[in-house]
Amino acid sequence: MTTATDLDRPAAPPAFQEVNSARRLKNRLATILVGFAFLIALAPLVWLLITVLAKGFEHVLNVDWWQKSLAGLTSRQFGGGVYHAIIGTLFQGLICAVIAVPIAILVAIYLVEYGKRSRLAKAVTFTVDILSGVPSIVAALFIYALWVTTLGMPRSAFAVSLALVLLMIPVVVRTTEELLKIVPDELREAAYALGIPKWKTIVKIVIPTAMSGIITGITLAIARVMGETAPVLVLVGYTVFINYDPFGGNMSSLPLLMTSERLTTNEVGEARVWGAAVTLILIITVFNLLGSLISRLTSLKTK
Amino acid sequence: MIIKRPASVLGIIAAGALALSACGSDANTPAGGSSSGAAAPTNSAPVECGGKKALVAEGSSAQKGAIEAFTAAYGVKCPDYQLSYTPSGSGAGVKQFTAGIVDIGGSDSALSKDKGEVDAAAQRCQSNPAWNLPLVFGPVGIAYKLDGVTDLTLTPEVTAKIFSGAVAKWNDPAITAINSGVSLPDKAITVIYRGDESGTTDNFQKYLKAAGKGAWTKDAGKKFNGGVGQGAQGSAGVADAIGAGDGTIGYIEWSYVQDKKLSAAKIDSGSGAVALGAEGAANAIKSATLKGEGNDLVIDLDALYASNTAGAYPLVLATYEIVCSKGYDPDTAKAVKAFLTVAATDGQAALADAGYVPLPNEFQAKLLTAIAAIA
Amino acid sequence: MSDSDMVGRPAAPGASTGGARGGVASKTAPEAPISSTAPGKGGPSTKKTPPAEPTPAAKVVTRPGDKIFKTLTVGSGVFVVAMIVLIGVFLLIQAIPSLVDNDANFLFSRVWDAEPPDLAFGVLDLLLVTVFSSVFALLIAMPVSLGIALFLTQYAPRRLARPFAYLVDLLAAVPSIIYGLWGAYVLAPALAPISTWLNENLGWIPLFATGSSNLAIGQTIFTAGIVLAVMLLPIITAISREVFDRTPSMQIEGALALGATKWEVVRTTVLPFGKAGYISASMLGLGRALGETIAVLIILSSTNQNFGFSLFDGGDTIASKIARAAQEFNDPRGAGAYIAAGLVLFILTFVVNAFARSIIAGHKEYE
Repeated sequence: MTTATDLDRPAAPPAFQEVNSARRLKNRLATILVGFAFLIALAPLVWLLITVLAKGFEHVLNVDWWQKSLAGLTSRQFGGGVYHAIIGTLFQGLICAVIAVPIAILVAIYLVEYGKRSRLAKAVTFTVDILSGVPSIVAALFIYALWVTTLGMPRSAFAVSLALVLLMIPVVVRTTEELLKIVPDELREAAYALGIPKWKTIVKIVIPTAMSGIITGITLAIARVMGETAPVLVLVGYTVFINYDPFGGNMSSLPLLMTSERLTTNEVGEARVWGAAVTLILIITVFNLLGSLISRLTSLKTK
Repeated sequence: MIIKRPASVLGIIAAGALALSACGSDANTPAGGSSSGAAAPTNSAPVECGGKKALVAEGSSAQKGAIEAFTAAYGVKCPDYQLSYTPSGSGAGVKQFTAGIVDIGGSDSALSKDKGEVDAAAQRCQSNPAWNLPLVFGPVGIAYKLDGVTDLTLTPEVTAKIFSGAVAKWNDPAITAINSGVSLPDKAITVIYRGDESGTTDNFQKYLKAAGKGAWTKDAGKKFNGGVGQGAQGSAGVADAIGAGDGTIGYIEWSYVQDKKLSAAKIDSGSGAVALGAEGAANAIKSATLKGEGNDLVIDLDALYASNTAGAYPLVLATYEIVCSKGYDPDTAKAVKAFLTVAATDGQAALADAGYVPLPNEFQAKLLTAIAAIA
Repeated sequence: MSDSDMVGRPAAPGASTGGARGGVASKTAPEAPISSTAPGKGGPSTKKTPPAEPTPAAKVVTRPGDKIFKTLTVGSGVFVVAMIVLIGVFLLIQAIPSLVDNDANFLFSRVWDAEPPDLAFGVLDLLLVTVFSSVFALLIAMPVSLGIALFLTQYAPRRLARPFAYLVDLLAAVPSIIYGLWGAYVLAPALAPISTWLNENLGWIPLFATGSSNLAIGQTIFTAGIVLAVMLLPIITAISREVFDRTPSMQIEGALALGATKWEVVRTTVLPFGKAGYISASMLGLGRALGETIAVLIILSSTNQNFGFSLFDGGDTIASKIARAAQEFNDPRGAGAYIAAGLVLFILTFVVNAFARSIIAGHKEYE
């Protein structure tokens, strides 16, 4: 079998072989499926946004929408606005942030700067993980059991904020923790070398370095809790009037307004519900944009 | 641009929020509605405004629309005074009232002696009796959606059978017998009921029990006991579901029938079919009897529901305002009286448009006497 | 001093669910020499002193500021741990009186009557609907999320990967009430022909049997499950994406060098590496679906028949049942029944989440 033609054959099979068609087909199929999966995810997003905008956008164009409440209007009269609900949404979100943020940042500092791998730190990390999975209705029930049944306080916007705190803490802890971790150790070492106490190093050096990211995280967390509906259903009553007092009386919020006005089945109710949906999406978008804007404005010079 | 102190950004946000909070207003003028600017109130009474600026009330969602009309009238008559009503259900209304959290409770049923509500309410009113004032009457419609059928008559007996599953097809002989001339399809009946606990369900089941000639063997109560169909959240949910399906039937307040433009069955209680509407309901209320004492105006529902007065539509929901006869602090008492007076007089004008029945005259007089007696 | 060379880039919105960029974190995580050089004892951890510095055995200064600050941070940590315990304890305390009064077997009864005079409530039916709808949602969401995560990490052009990922994250930013409204008023009617077809042609399968909810109206578990699935997509995708991104590039390059097609690279390197993370992400998604309240409340019709394991049944999940009754929570004993159901939901999500986290914790390479 040793013929002269053998000499023309390479000693080893060529390094690059044509991929056989079955493999190529599989590869093609996988690419198509994977791309298709992405389109599947976009379809509901686009569909949903178009629905909401088509049904609600015209209503938010009115100036009154942003400045008036629904006071004095029956459920068959157009007009008025959702100012009372916007205020409620912002109040509840901000009060929640005021309580949750310091706790969450301290927890993150503990995890990164003090706890390290101690048993408590492990427990805290685990708890934060679990807390981030606690359904909002359970958080609401807990606050109901604590605040209303046990302490005998009335339902109020503040109770809603307390329930939101439970939902916000894990989010802020997670972001802050990640950001503190990437603050370079050289900074800390330099500070210690100058004899600066540890707490001052954290407060004056570590936190400011991570600040822009932390603020972004907080803004995003606020945006998230403002859309929560379960706590407002359980913990506060609806009203069409403006209420600035978070501790007493009913206070509306956009999700609550939507669930309440949904019970008005005519065009007026539809206008209010979908208008509020657009408003809520707008507010959440503004907070998201604000988050990235802040991070851009406050980020320390990288060079 | 680099801002040195990130914290200042939070300050800016806070300042923005404050600025925003400075410009809101509760002052509204309705912009184009089906009913605004209706004829001048048929009935107006002098009202002594004053007392507590913001009353709170809570209770039945069935009277939400009526209370809105009353609140609007109250705001016109007594500028700067308001009442905020949480339509969270009759049970909540009674509980919040007896707990002293709200000034007025709204309920679809009078305070019950058996459940201890009467005593609890008396305690809340500093050992004075609480009164049930039937201020809002609304007919309940048996709404349905069946392609090609817009004219349907039902007797209480057949209704009871439908809502308990004994009649499950639209062309069941029991239905066709009372609807000669209407061609009913061979389609399954989908019953839609209130999935949440509700006074409307309670009254509807009481009606079926009282008027159904024994066809309704289930109990009354706030939970639907018929055992068929599917539940929906609130009257709005029921109305939506009826409208979305075909061959559906359910019970909802008149206002929802109007809003959703659904067809509602006529009721034939034995003396001819009567359509859902203010007229039939008013006829029924006129013939209603009271069983309360003095100014405690409790309607005798069994008698009302079982009546077969010609031209009357007896499936009416009477909803009460529960108030203290005495025992409010002076400020609250003044405002409560003012509000109720407006509700019973000027507030009545917009009711028919909102799906309720304006008070018949005799009734109005009784109510005004009771309201005047609140101290 | 403040001119650092590494500044945290903000995370993409919605990527808040987990370590947004742990890749960098791992650089500092293992042994940070700082705490041991700090004055005082600096926590019970890493006793290793960096060799570069001489051990300052002599002077141990304890500053009051340090003490206070440390107490504050430790206190906050303890507070958070206490919180999760308190949630369980409080729910339990509030539930016990009602459970004692309960005439029905709480775990195995299928009736629910929480009207005060005589309570008789069992959580079984609610639990079945909760788990059934969530698992159905998960079965839809899992393959799709896997596809999205692979697309974003392996297939999409590098430059577009980020904006595309942002789009998927936007799904997480939409409040669930808006999903609910969309599901009930837009999606449900649109699904009616599909579910009717399934019911007519595949009705012999129990899954597609005629259920307690009218198909034309569409307030079925089928609709609710699909909406839930959409809500799960961003959650499962976000975590899977992160894990897939961390596939060691050497493995990928090795596979490529052996002549593997793109799909073979994914199958032989990315998927085996990311499998545990993907499963964990799915479990976290399941936890989310179990507790979803308002969307389910709006979409699902309630029923007074027992749950029949059909997609075309109505019913109530634990969360939606609680929310449906929330406004009537004025009697402590009636509320106690719902709190007991809430406790079951809490335990359920706790177990699912703890399971999910333990999977990730078992894989050090993900950090």
